[in-house]
Amino acid sequence: MDKVPSSEITSKDNYLSRRKFIKRAAIIGSGALVGGGYLYNRFQTRMVQTEAASALVAEALPEAGSLVDEMGDPLNSFEDIANFNNYYEFTTDKQGVARLSAGFPTSPWQVEVGGLVNNPGVYDIDDLRTKWDQEERIYRMRCVEGWSMVIPWVGFPLHKLLAEVEPTSDATHVRFETLHAPDLMPGQSTPWYEWPYVEGLRLDEAMNGLAILSTGLYGESLLPQNGAPIRLVVPWKYGFKGIKSIVKINLVDYRPVTLWMAAAPNEYGFVSNVQPDVPHPRWSQATERRIGELGRRETLPFNGYADQVAHLYEGMDLSQHNA
Amino acid sequence: MYATMRAWLGKNIRWIAHVSALAPLVLLGFDALTDTLGANPIQEITLRTGKTALLLLISSLACTPFNTVFGFPPIIKVRRELGLYAFLYVCVHFLIFALIDYGLDTDLVYEAIFEKPYALVGFTALVLLLPLAVTSTKAWQKRLRKKWKSLHKLAYVVTGLAVVHYVWLVKSDYREPLAWGALVVVLLILRLSPVKRSILMVRSRIRTRRAQTVRSSLATSVVKSQN
Repeated sequence: MDKVPSSEITSKDNYLSRRKFIKRAAIIGSGALVGGGYLYNRFQTRMVQTEAASALVAEALPEAGSLVDEMGDPLNSFEDIANFNNYYEFTTDKQGVARLSAGFPTSPWQVEVGGLVNNPGVYDIDDLRTKWDQEERIYRMRCVEGWSMVIPWVGFPLHKLLAEVEPTSDATHVRFETLHAPDLMPGQSTPWYEWPYVEGLRLDEAMNGLAILSTGLYGESLLPQNGAPIRLVVPWKYGFKGIKSIVKINLVDYRPVTLWMAAAPNEYGFVSNVQPDVPHPRWSQATERRIGELGRRETLPFNGYADQVAHLYEGMDLSQHNA
Repeated sequence: MYATMRAWLGKNIRWIAHVSALAPLVLLGFDALTDTLGANPIQEITLRTGKTALLLLISSLACTPFNTVFGFPPIIKVRRELGLYAFLYVCVHFLIFALIDYGLDTDLVYEAIFEKPYALVGFTALVLLLPLAVTSTKAWQKRLRKKWKSLHKLAYVVTGLAVVHYVWLVKSDYREPLAWGALVVVLLILRLSPVKRSILMVRSRIRTRRAQTVRSSLATSVVKSQN
């Protein structure tokens, strides 16, 4: 296994000082903004709501530079985050992804944003890294397999990109697609899945302030095994919703069929929120193992982000594991 | 050459079985001490002990059919050892799950075992393996007589359950667990008496033909040397 040399692992002191450079989300006057809790339909009003939700998110989350999440649990080490990965495009062996993805070219890289939008565009990864303030977001990541990590992502809210391309009033969902390059990603030569990887969000989920496009972690650019150069992070959903190495983002008027829905429709659904009370058909989701800990801890509804996202699902029946 | 190797293997098969069955455990201990089990060591230990247990169960089941096909009686001597080592790995597998993974939290363990078929199948295999381990001694074999044989046919049920347990763990590339399952089915087929009989017949025919060839070549060389 290709280990990251210890010289490249950021020490805590070093990391703290570096993190002072990462800008904090500068959203002021948050609390009162989310008044009423009623649903908006039009995009413009949704934007107002999103800004408010973002502000709430920023308040509830730990400060940039924190070494713990808002519940006081410590970040996972860079070494663990970089060497324990589910990335089937390379291999199904979680400890083998780092080695097989080393040298995966992530520059030049372009992301095509289009579909039902007024301003479609092709974005260069360098532009995406600098166009908006890069925020640090310390999120829990809960894998559907029953393990979890705390990861200090760096990125920008997805709604900022969506606001710029302006979804039309017909757009209801966002469809994401990973690069399809079997010569670079050996796992894509296996016949078990319909490559490329596809994921999706409802537009209101995508507009939620918690949803980010990440380009880095621990203050550094993403490594290939973590989804370089740009990936989705939606911490209230199971990890597989966080599509990696994105090349296409399309606004659509249908619910996209994701790779996992196509591969095992009886096991994986579209919404796929973290729900401890709804077991996977083969195993319980009530508990998880935090990487670095020996025992198990209880899994929280919406992975602990109920305050920020539960309102998105009011009135929906999510009792099916493959909802 | 072949005969010498065969004889050597027959003489040394016991310790070879002991060493190969213990090697994964030693390697696991070594990796644990040198901290090379990765980010999720509990999962790694669980996976490795489970896989080793399955392989040992299959090896134990393979002894009799192996002897049928290749005519190598010494292998029967290690059948019991392989089965007992499988039981050892199953125990480690289960204890890691119950003691370390779930911290002996009875509610959690109960939920994990009895509310999900995936774990229930594995647990059933463990429970069925218990009487086999207990009655594995010569004394029990004598005491149970004919019943012993029928009881130990449970080993096939146990291995089948272990394969199902493995299939249910995998997310969608089922090739490996299904390959083990297919092997178990083949081993089972080799035990069916009509199959067994015809294999033995083919083997005896081959033996006769080989003997004839040897005899005729001997005869030719005798004739040649006389000329």
